[in-house]
Parts: sequence; structure tokens; C-alpha cells
Amino acid sequence: MKTKAVSSACETCSHFNAEGLKKLGINTDNFDFVVALAGNPNTGKSTVFNALTGLRQHTGNWPGKTVSRAEGGFEYNKQKYKLVDLPGTYSLLSTSTDEEVARDFLLFGKPDVTVIVADANRLERNLNLVLQILEITDKAVLCLNLMDEAKRNNITIDLRTLSKDLGIPVVATSARYKEGIPELIQTITEVANGNIVCNPHRIKNVPPNIENAVKVLSAEIKKEFPGISNSRWIAFRLLEGDTQIIEALKTGELA
Amino acid sequence: MDKKNIDNIIELSNELRWQIGDDFHDNLTEGIYADAANIVQDSVHTEKGKKRFRLDAKIDKIVTSKTFGFPIMFLLLGLVLWLTIIGANYPSSMLANLFLDTIHPALKSFATSVSMPWWLDGFLIDGVYLAVAWVIAVMLPPMAIFFPLFTLLEDFGYLPRVAFNLDNLFKRSGAHGKQALTMSMGFGCNAAGVVATRIIDSPRERLIAIITNNFSLCNGRWPTQILIATIFIGAVVPSSFSSIAALFSVIGIAVLGMGFMFLTSWALSKTVLKGEVSTFNLELPPYRPPRFWKTLYTSLIDRTLIVLWRAIVFAAPAGAVIWLISNIYIGDISVAAWLIDSFDGFGFLLGLNGVILLAYIVAIPANEIVIPTILMLTVMVTGISGGEGAGVMFELDSMDATGDILRAGGWTLLTAINLMLFSLLHNPCSTTIYTIYKETKSVKWTTVASILPVILGFIVTFLVAQIWRMF
Repeated sequence: MKTKAVSSACETCSHFNAEGLKKLGINTDNFDFVVALAGNPNTGKSTVFNALTGLRQHTGNWPGKTVSRAEGGFEYNKQKYKLVDLPGTYSLLSTSTDEEVARDFLLFGKPDVTVIVADANRLERNLNLVLQILEITDKAVLCLNLMDEAKRNNITIDLRTLSKDLGIPVVATSARYKEGIPELIQTITEVANGNIVCNPHRIKNVPPNIENAVKVLSAEIKKEFPGISNSRWIAFRLLEGDTQIIEALKTGELA
Repeated sequence: MDKKNIDNIIELSNELRWQIGDDFHDNLTEGIYADAANIVQDSVHTEKGKKRFRLDAKIDKIVTSKTFGFPIMFLLLGLVLWLTIIGANYPSSMLANLFLDTIHPALKSFATSVSMPWWLDGFLIDGVYLAVAWVIAVMLPPMAIFFPLFTLLEDFGYLPRVAFNLDNLFKRSGAHGKQALTMSMGFGCNAAGVVATRIIDSPRERLIAIITNNFSLCNGRWPTQILIATIFIGAVVPSSFSSIAALFSVIGIAVLGMGFMFLTSWALSKTVLKGEVSTFNLELPPYRPPRFWKTLYTSLIDRTLIVLWRAIVFAAPAGAVIWLISNIYIGDISVAAWLIDSFDGFGFLLGLNGVILLAYIVAIPANEIVIPTILMLTVMVTGISGGEGAGVMFELDSMDATGDILRAGGWTLLTAINLMLFSLLHNPCSTTIYTIYKETKSVKWTTVASILPVILGFIVTFLVAQIWRMF
């Protein structure tokens, strides 16, 4: 992760821009960037969504409440962002309807930034999805939510190490109490504008024979689609025999 | 992009898949978990020595226990219903006063003063306006109490525990445990429940959940159940117990609905929707103290007003239709009277009557308007005074007066019981039917989901009527 130089240090400070924030509700016309909100069920995605857009999308304390995607918008520093709240999923590997909605959007909707909301209390389990998403996209922010509960459970998380290991910025939030939301917005805009360049973690612990097969296949895909960022993930899916991805490859939707 | 090259890539992937063998998926998954474990080891620190008292686990032990799980569930449902029944009375009669006794006469005299033609006045003010006013007066108060209470339970984290308790029953019916969650959503609105079935992965189990969701008494039917139970069931016991008797009979109908849900799920999974029960993980989320005022606000905006708006949108044209069929004559009887007459024979077999059956046809767009339609049609048929004229929907100020009208229409305790049963077991409203079609994309399954409950309703009410008449 590198931070690019900006014209003035003030522009990157969340206090400087606090007044530039405008919650746009459902008005998502003429947006400059698309931001996807992904994560495990019941990590507070909809609460984060509401905090960012000023909408009151119904939230509930049970996994699977958001089954279709919800959209909203906010304006920050004169740039308009469209926010898409995706259904919560544990994985992107299997194929229930809600998982498909989430995966298709990340893949074909090509969001400018993907905010991955994770439960700080259950980080290890949540990382399963985080690592899968990082194979698909290279512009992501980890929103480590429910920090208030983590604190009560005596869990401390070293944000800098985590951010270094994942190769993406990490922001700690307690969305219910609006804590960390300004920092989250600031980070989203910096990733969207390319001020922060991510270098996402790629899945490492795979046996050599698979790693080799993925390398060979990924190189071929890159040859055919130069500029594609997730050739490795497509290779994973092809090796799995995912018919939907094979179809998308044929129609050129993935390019 | 060259099509040949793409085919080559796919070819290559097929070849490589053979080389790396079957373990690919497992290896990849293990790889991800190993990575996750490494990352967490470096950055997450848990202070084990200070493990705090686990309140969550203690509560879970009680509310999901074999002994207390079910009683607590019924107790909470009973409490929510009790508060709804008791609490809704006062605001309801206040709203009825305002809309029907104050605004309605004012509108009428305004119509006279601008010399509006009688048919337009009748159509708009007696048809459309009264239907809308009734829906607001009767539905808004119970919804404004029921939904926030339900949402508070939801925010607290109780719903997954209900799913946990019911999981075994659903599994034994050959259905998915998550159906318990969609069932709970159905208690608010069946259309919402049908959409919620997207959380079920297996298409077979999802279909079962969609078809049987109608057995969850929805918001449009709770008021009917509560009203009829209060008037007829409450009347058979001494007055000090009448509220309790009404409450228990409503809970009885709700539980019966759940029984039908299990039974139908079981029958479907043994016949047309055969298959294995899939396993799933259900996370029991931590209990979170609900943020009271915020919940109150969002449930009012998100649920109450949206559902109310829908009811109004459908009630207005229905009110117009009722007024029309009561005022258009074929020969010397109105269309409504002719229809009621032709349905009466079949209605008698079911322990109901022609008025009720016609009301259920008029009310296909919204269950909420069943009772006002029945009242209006009954007044028309019996010719008793008290209403505002042919085809005018109205609400009587006291429940006793409502009961008197229904009794004058030939209602007995059997009619009341069978109406409650038929309200549970009949076709879903048109919004739900449309939602089922959107979700299943199948005319066949939409038809099954719409017709199946009506057939069950006919069978059950027929049997009850025959047995009742034997004694």
C-alpha cells in the first residue's frame, strides 16, 4: 500500500472535509464513483449503509436480512458516490441466490471501491470472505465494525499490521454509534481517487501443483484480456468448472 | 477478443483440472483458512484471563432450551398480541370518531352544497373515502403497536433463536430450518416473507417455504382475527375472562397456521418436492440492546406506513367496486344481491354464507378490507337500518353493535369460528401472488401457492361445519 503525494495535506484530513459531506439518500444521479458494501451476514453492513447515506434501510439483528441490493448515495468534497449494499454472505464460492447477487455485482458491476464490513469479534471467520473478495478486486477498504463489542470482549486489534498484511486500508468503526464513519468516508474517497493504492493480499497457502496450474491459466487469460486485474480469481473459478464464469468469458462480460 | 483463444483457455482449464485432481476445492478452502489464521495471529490479541461473564450464553441456554424454548416463544407472542389488542382499542375508536362521525358528514354536506350528482357523491365519499377511512381507523393503531414490538424483538436478536427452536420441526417436515425466519417475516407480511426466502439455498426447500408462507397470519388478517374473536368467542365466557378467551383463540389460530405449515411442508417434500434436507449453519448473533427510539421510528416509517399505504391504495378501488355492485341493478336486484344469492348454498356447506364468500372475492387485493365489506353487504342483505344506504361501508362505534349486525345477518358461533379458519386458510392477497410469481418465475408454482390454501380452507371449514351440525 502506497500513499501518493497530494497537493495539500489538509485535503486528506477528515476534519477539513467534514462540512463537505452531504447525505444524498436515494438520489444517485450522475455519480462519480460506485462503492460496493460487502461482508458476512450480521456484521452491520446495513447500519454502515445508513450512516453513510442518511437512509433508514431496515436493519435487524439476524443474519440474512438484506436479500437484495439496496442503493443510496452521498456527496463528499463535490464528488458523488453511489453506494450499493449487498446481501451478506459467508463465501463467494457456492451459489445461493444472495451469494450470486453479491458476487455478480463485484464481478460485473465493477465497483470503484469495495468496502468489506467485518465483525471485529470474529475476524478470523470473516477473513474467509475478505480474502476471496481481495482476489476479485484490488480497490478495497476493510471496515472493522462492532469495535465497541470487541472492546467489551477484551479483543484488541493491531490495525497497522492487519492493514499491511491485507494490503488495503483498515478503518475501525462502531457504526451504530457513528464512530469511525468520517474516517471511513475519507478512506473511501482516497481509494476512489487513487490517493491510496492498494496491493491486496493474494491467497498464499495453496499446494504447488495448484499454484502452478493457476499461474499458467492466469497468464493465458492476461494474454487475451490485457489490463484485467482478477485473472487469478478467474483461473480459480475455471479450475473449479464454474459454468457461469465460463459463459461470462465467452460473452466477454468479464473484460 | 478472439473466440478461438477463449475456447483454448477453457480447453486448457479442463486439462489442468484433470491434472490437479479432485481436491482442488478443499485445498483452496484450506489455503484461505490457513491464510486467515496467519493474519489473525499477527494482529489480533485477546485477553483470555479477563473473560467476562457471558450473559449471551446464559440467555441462550434458557431461550433455546428444550423445556423453556417453546413456552417462552408462545409467552412472547402472547404478550405482543395482548399489548396490541388492549392498546389498539382507544386510538381506534378516536380515529373512527374523527373520520366517520366528523369528517364524513362534513364531506357529505359539502357535496350537497356544490350540488354534486348523487352517483359521484356516493362513489367518491361513500365508496372510496369510507373504505380508506375504515382501513386507517382500524388498521393503523394495531400496526403501530405490533410492528415496533416485533422489531424490538428482532433487533434484540430473538428471531434466530426462534429459528433454532423450530429447526428440528422443519427438518422433520423435510424443509429448511431457515424457513422459521421467513415464517416470522410472514407474520408481518406474506409478500415480505416470500422475498425473504432468498436466504434458503436449495431451490426445493425455497419453493416449500414460498408455498407455505401464507400459513403465517399476516398483518392484514390479525385485525380480522382479533375483532371476530373479541365479538363471538369473548361472548361465550363470563365477561371477566372474555379478553383472555379472545387472546387464546387468536393464538390458537396462529399456532394452527404453523401446524398447517409443517403438515403442508411435509406433504410437499414427500410427494412433488422430494429431496434431501440440506444442512446449514445458523449463527446466533450476540444480543444487542435495541435502540428504542430509533427502532420505534424506523418501524413506523418502514413497516407501518408502507403497509398502510398499500392498504389504502387497494381499499379505495375496492370501496368503489362495492358501491358499484350494490347500485347496479339487473332486473330488480343488484349485482351484489344476485352474487350473494348464488354463493349462499355453497357458503352454507362451509358453515359460512354468501356474503363472506363474496367479501373474500372483493378483498383479493387486500385482506384488510374483508370485515368492512362483510358488514356493508350484510346490512344490504338484511335491510336493517344503521348503515348509510346501499353500498356504503361503515364502521360501528362499538363492537356490540357490530356483533348485532352480524347476528342479524344469521351469524352463529360456527360462522365466527369458520370465518377465523377461512381467514387463515385462503388464497394469498394479490400482492403476495405477484411476488410469488416474481420470485419463482413459474406460473405453475404460483398457481399451486394460490389455490392450495383455498382448497385446504374449503376442506377444513366443511368438516368443522358438518361435525358442528351433528351435535
